[in-house]
Order: sequence, then C-alpha cells, then structure tokens
Amino acid sequence: MNLPFYVPPEQLMKDRAEYARKGIARGKSIAAVAYADGILLLAENPSGTLHKIGEVYDRIAFAGVGKYTEFEALRVAGIRHADLKGYAYARSDVTAKGLANAYAQVLGQIFTQEVKPYEVEIMVAEVGRESGGDLLFRVTYDGTLFAEDHFSAIGGQEEQLTTFLQEHFRPGAPLPEALGWAIGAFQAANDRTFAPEDWEAAVVDRTLGRRTFRRLRAEEFLPA
Amino acid sequence: MTGDPLGPPGSPVVPGESFTALLRAQGLEPRWSLPADASLADVLEGTTVLAFRYADGVLMAGDRRATAGNVIAYRTMQKVFPADAYSAVGISGTAGVGVELIRLFQTELEHYEKLEGSRLSLEGKANHLAAMVRAHLPMAFQGLAVVPLFCGFDELTGQGRLYSFDVVGGRYEETDYAATGSGGRDAKAYLRSAFRDGLSEAEALQVAVEALVAAAEEDSATGGPDLQRGIYPNVVVVSPAGYRDLPEEQVAEAARRAMGAAR
Repeated sequence: MNLPFYVPPEQLMKDRAEYARKGIARGKSIAAVAYADGILLLAENPSGTLHKIGEVYDRIAFAGVGKYTEFEALRVAGIRHADLKGYAYARSDVTAKGLANAYAQVLGQIFTQEVKPYEVEIMVAEVGRESGGDLLFRVTYDGTLFAEDHFSAIGGQEEQLTTFLQEHFRPGAPLPEALGWAIGAFQAANDRTFAPEDWEAAVVDRTLGRRTFRRLRAEEFLPA
Repeated sequence: MTGDPLGPPGSPVVPGESFTALLRAQGLEPRWSLPADASLADVLEGTTVLAFRYADGVLMAGDRRATAGNVIAYRTMQKVFPADAYSAVGISGTAGVGVELIRLFQTELEHYEKLEGSRLSLEGKANHLAAMVRAHLPMAFQGLAVVPLFCGFDELTGQGRLYSFDVVGGRYEETDYAATGSGGRDAKAYLRSAFRDGLSEAEALQVAVEALVAAAEEDSATGGPDLQRGIYPNVVVVSPAGYRDLPEEQVAEAARRAMGAAR
C-alpha cells in the first residue's frame, strides 16, 4: 500500500499562500479612499468591459483583484447573497459586515480545502448614512478579514499605495481631491503617469438616494 | 460550474441571472397556488391604475383605496411603484399578491442589472412581468387575480411605451393610454375623450387626476382624492431623465381643481 508523502501543514499553507500571492501580484491593484460623501474605488483597468468594481446592493460596492473569473464568481455570489437577504428580510438588513464575513468564510474554506486557492483579494465598501458610518473591509486569498479606516488597497502594490495614502489622506475631502490622492498613489507606485482611459473608478455616495453606486465618467479624471 | 459559493455547503447550481431561479434553487420561491378546496375570506383588493403617454414619456397614476368585500379596508394604499430607474408598474386586484409580485419584479430587474452590468430592454421587462402574471394563474382561477400595468421609457427607441396585461399573462402594448382595475373602464372612457398627443407634464397630471375622479364617481371601489384627510392619488412619470414621483403638493393642487370641476 502506498502512503502519501507527509507534508507538514506549515509547509502546505506556505506553498499555497505563495502560489496565491504570486497570482495576485501579476495583476493590477485597486485603491479605496473615503471622501466627504462616500467612498471612492479606483482600479487601474484598461478594459472598459471587464469590470473589477461593481455594485452589490444599495450602499455596498465590491472590488476584486487577481484572477478575473475567480473574483467575478465572488461578485456574483455576493449579489445573490445580498438580494436574497434583502428580499427575505428588509433592504436595511443587508450589511457590508455580513457580506465580508461570508466572503472570509468562503475564501478561508477554499484556501484550506480546494486543490488550488483563489488568487484574489477583494474589498467590500459600505457608505454610511453619516460620514462616520463608512465601512471598508478587505479580504485576502486565505480568508483573513481586515476592517480598514478611511483608505485601503488590494493587489500586488498594496503596500506602496497605502503608504502614499497614509501620507496624504485627510478626512472630509471632496471627491476630486480624493481622486487626486488615489491617482497620485498609483503614479508614485508605478513611477509613471496614466491616461483617463486607463482607469476604472466608482463611488458609493450617500447623496445619490437609494442606490448609491455610480461609475465615474472618463472626463472626471481630467484636472478641473 | 459549482453551486453558490456563499450559500450553505452543497448549494445547488444557480442558472443564469434570474432572481426567481435563485429563489427556486434555494426553495424560497413564492407559491402562486392554493389547495383546490381552499375557501377564501375577503381579501384586500386594489382598484384603479391608469397610464398614458405625454410629451416627455409616460405617466402612471393610481387611486389609494383598497377594499375587502364592501368594506373600505385601507385608504392610503400605494399601487404605483418604480420598477427600476426607467420604468413604473402599477397593480390592481388582490393587494397582498400584487405587492409581493411587484417586490419580486423589482428585485428581479435590479438583480439582472447588477449581474449583467446593463438593464433589461423595456420589452424584456414587460415579457418577464407577463411570465410572472402567468405563473400565478392557478391563484387567479381561485379568485386571487392580479393584473398589472407597466410603462417605461425605452432607452433603445427613445420613447415612452406602455403595456397592459390580462389575468392569464397576455401582454398587450398600448399606443396611447391604458387602465386596469374595477374603475379602469371608467378611467379609460374619460381618457378616450381627454387624451391628445403631446400633453405637457402639468396637463398630463391634470388629465390623470380627472380620470381617477371620473372613475371614483362611477366605481365604489375606487377612492377619489380625499381633500379632508389629505389623501391624493399617486402620480409618477417616466421620461428620458428616468422615473420620478410627482410631488404631493402638485397632485393635491390638481386634485382640488379636478374636484372643483366635478362639482
């Protein structure tokens, strides 16, 4: 009888983490910054059709980096989760915290039990009714859940982006200024400038009524 | 394809972008049928909803009364709702079933829009609503019928369009005006003489309220504007700018004029 080789769990997890991290680092990153009326999500994404940022529910947005098919499956699952909950109970019962927890559970399970971990990192942003109520969650490939304040980043350049945002962020800025910081963070991390069509950006904005999600138009990236 | 990743372990495969299919897969689908020997108590019935084209798009209006048998059961019922950003839906018939039908329809449209990244075409929405009405046919035969009215701004052709339905899910596109409910016939009779092409928004509002007043004159189940209690019809418009509720003060003003004229 053949016994499988013993692999210590530490080694197994390390290998899986390295595999996932490598996959994520190959893709482009996403930054999130809170501004006076909500939360801005900015992705470097030259494709106008394959989105990395999407609407999940009235006040909740989703962003994912890494392998497109994998975070797209998570986005779809998130919308189903949210719509089912909102239909079964009430719209106000759908929260980013519940959704982020569900994502953390499923990513954690996939990381330990599936043949290959998901090569994704995702972000869930919820705009509050007041500026103090904004929530920002980040879930990594292994299902670790982080609650972030004011700004966050996911993807290979996460550290460079957050370092730049750390230096520049101040609360209560208008949208164009927050967009300037986010673009500045990408330019500093990549050491180059970008054209307006290189970006995909969206906001969840508390001034927009029931559905707070809105994609930014290309002209909003031009300096005023 | 795997099951729903956020659902419980072993979740069934969810096909496509239909919310109803998702509910069915989860075993949460509403049951539009009754046991054959069920006997019915008096349930709430909603009455008159009308819609017609005007210069910018389409207008829809509904009275506020719900009846149970010969009792006025509810005076402030809402029968006209946004279906999504570019369409409106109204209901007549069994109120409880109708409101649930609309909630499902709204969720369905938004669900599709979020998953696909684009809205269903106006015709697609109307067809879907027809299928939903057809699905509740067994209940309709047992006396719990719902007949909706649907209108919206067609982003493809750039014009307002309206659809009426029958109880078996027949879907009929109307060119100018449509009405449903117990007072629908009287409202339609009024619209036949008052409707003309290119009504302005203010004129259209006046015509809509007058048609409801006319229906309330003839049909006991339709509630006219209640000036004493301050209860006015719901009036909404769908134009190139999207769905919009007309403010209550404007409707109240139109109602006072209409009641004055009716006297």
